[in-house]
Amino acid sequence: MGDIGKYLSDAGTRAALLDMLLDHVYLSLVPLVVSVVLAIALGWLCHRFRPVNATLIGLSNVVYTIPSLALFAIIPAVIGTQVLDPANVIIALTVYTTALLVRPVAEALAAVPAHITAAATAMGFRPLRRFFSVELPLAVPVLAAGVRVGSVSNISLVSVGALIGTGGLGTLFTDGFRQRYLAPIIIGIVLTLVLALVVDLLLVLLRDRLTPWARAGERL
Amino acid sequence: MIEFRDVTKRFDDGTTAVNGLDLVVEAGTITVFVGPSGCGKTTSLRMVNRMIDPTSGTVLVDGRDVSGVDPPTLRRGIGYVIQQAGLFPHRTVLDNVATVPLLTGWTRRKARQRAAELLELVGLPAELGRRYPVQLSGGQQQRVGVARALAADPPVLLMDEPFSAVDPVVREGLQDELLRLQAELDKTIVFVTHDIDEAIKVGEKVAVMRTGGFLAQYAPPAELLTRPADDFVAAFVGKDRGYRSLSFVDSSGVEVAEVPTVAEGAPVESSSDWRLVVDAEKRPQGWIAPDASVVPGGSLYEVGASIRGALDAALSSPSGLGVAVDGEGRLAGVVTARQVLDVIESRRG
Ligand SMILES: Nc1ncnc2c1ncn2[C@@H]1O[C@H](COP(=O)(O)OP(=O)(O)OP(=O)(O)O)[C@@H](O)[C@H]1O
Ligand SMILES: [Mg+2]
Repeated sequence: MGDIGKYLSDAGTRAALLDMLLDHVYLSLVPLVVSVVLAIALGWLCHRFRPVNATLIGLSNVVYTIPSLALFAIIPAVIGTQVLDPANVIIALTVYTTALLVRPVAEALAAVPAHITAAATAMGFRPLRRFFSVELPLAVPVLAAGVRVGSVSNISLVSVGALIGTGGLGTLFTDGFRQRYLAPIIIGIVLTLVLALVVDLLLVLLRDRLTPWARAGERL
Repeated sequence: MIEFRDVTKRFDDGTTAVNGLDLVVEAGTITVFVGPSGCGKTTSLRMVNRMIDPTSGTVLVDGRDVSGVDPPTLRRGIGYVIQQAGLFPHRTVLDNVATVPLLTGWTRRKARQRAAELLELVGLPAELGRRYPVQLSGGQQQRVGVARALAADPPVLLMDEPFSAVDPVVREGLQDELLRLQAELDKTIVFVTHDIDEAIKVGEKVAVMRTGGFLAQYAPPAELLTRPADDFVAAFVGKDRGYRSLSFVDSSGVEVAEVPTVAEGAPVESSSDWRLVVDAEKRPQGWIAPDASVVPGGSLYEVGASIRGALDAALSSPSGLGVAVDGEGRLAGVVTARQVLDVIESRRG
């Protein structure tokens, strides 16, 4: 433990840790936000057009089986980025998270009871407005559950990116292993865990704000 | 006014849901579509607001062919109520009711104000407006469904089995409420049900439909009961239709007679007559038999209400005397079954 105290006593190290933490947040949350938008768009497509549904769900299952490290390495070859470009991690995680979210979003949209959508149509909603005012809000609880899984998985996967040198808290692990020095590794684990917990807590708060109705039944 | 002109709907799988429907729903009336499951009631209804387009034929609302109107615009002018109410679970009751006004561009404030008025109109306390639909009973949800359909004050209201998901007692209350509202609002209402009793109760005219999408008979309810067009309608209208048709005959020709009364709680002795117990406001409370025992009363009927009520009052009364009351529930007199039947006979002429 003395090791950790000594490691943290250096102001330069602390500044570097903060940088890594912020990098980590950026690398894991940007893909999360982008994939929520993508998953909603794709989920809507699945929901509107049956054949798209089967194809996309199949594809998303396949994507999910690709090992992350392989994906980080393939992306530069596919889109021509530099090997160390953080964009690789962002794109790879966006692909993963989108693949993770499409299916539940499509299912949640399909699970909106037909009589509710029929009532909306009968009242004069146009399709797009109906989607954003009725179907999507009703899918939020499911979407939120998916996003929570996605955030944890992204936060841990960003660390893998450190193996190809893209920054974030994973750098602490690679450095620690190389120098056979335990302190940065422990700090890395703790910070990653804390980050995952804090983000999860924020997501739960956001979900509860967006869906007061989902708990209305329990209060009575 | 809603007009179906030779309207046919054939679905892609070849099912003919509606077959050459020709029918006029008069403005300001409640018209009921009734028939067995799958006879095309919902399909007919949905062709009015273009949730379904006919394969052939024309539907006109107030003289205008609906096929030329942009569906969302058309629908905002036509209220729609469905069986499970179809309330939005994620919106408060007030915001549910405010839906159509908001869609048509009202400010949120004005729409909510209107919604609050409507909750009152359908007999719901204002506090319910803040709840979510899951926090309401089925009957309350249906009322909200009706309020929501009325929010933008549409001249036409389509109701698809609006009350069939609630228990019979609540259903009766909702039916009475609808009739009361209609007396006030004077909408053109198409009401779908598979319950013939409900059809007869709420309909000014009833369209009986037959499987395959055919119109079997279109007539006022009394006529369905007394002159069914064919065996299908006769069977569908069901048992006791002779008795039930008495609902449409008023009892004004039945003279009420006086009856000995006893104040509630007063001491009684045996006597040769049945005596009616009344409270301080002269409201009937039951009977005293000749042997001085107390017997609960039968049904009461209001003077001038249907003769079916008068006959039932006489038949259900332990004394054989049906008790008539006035609008405030005070004793007006008594009638015998024979008297009622004589009036029925004489009406037949
Ligand atoms: N989208 C559809 N595609 C194919 N057939 C349909 C479709 N909608 C309804 N039908 C068929 O059309 C017929 C009439 O259906 P409709 O829903 O109008 O009946 P209904 O009288 O409202 O019955 P219920 O009392 O059960 O509600 C039925 O045979 C039904 O199976
Ligand atoms: Mg139906």
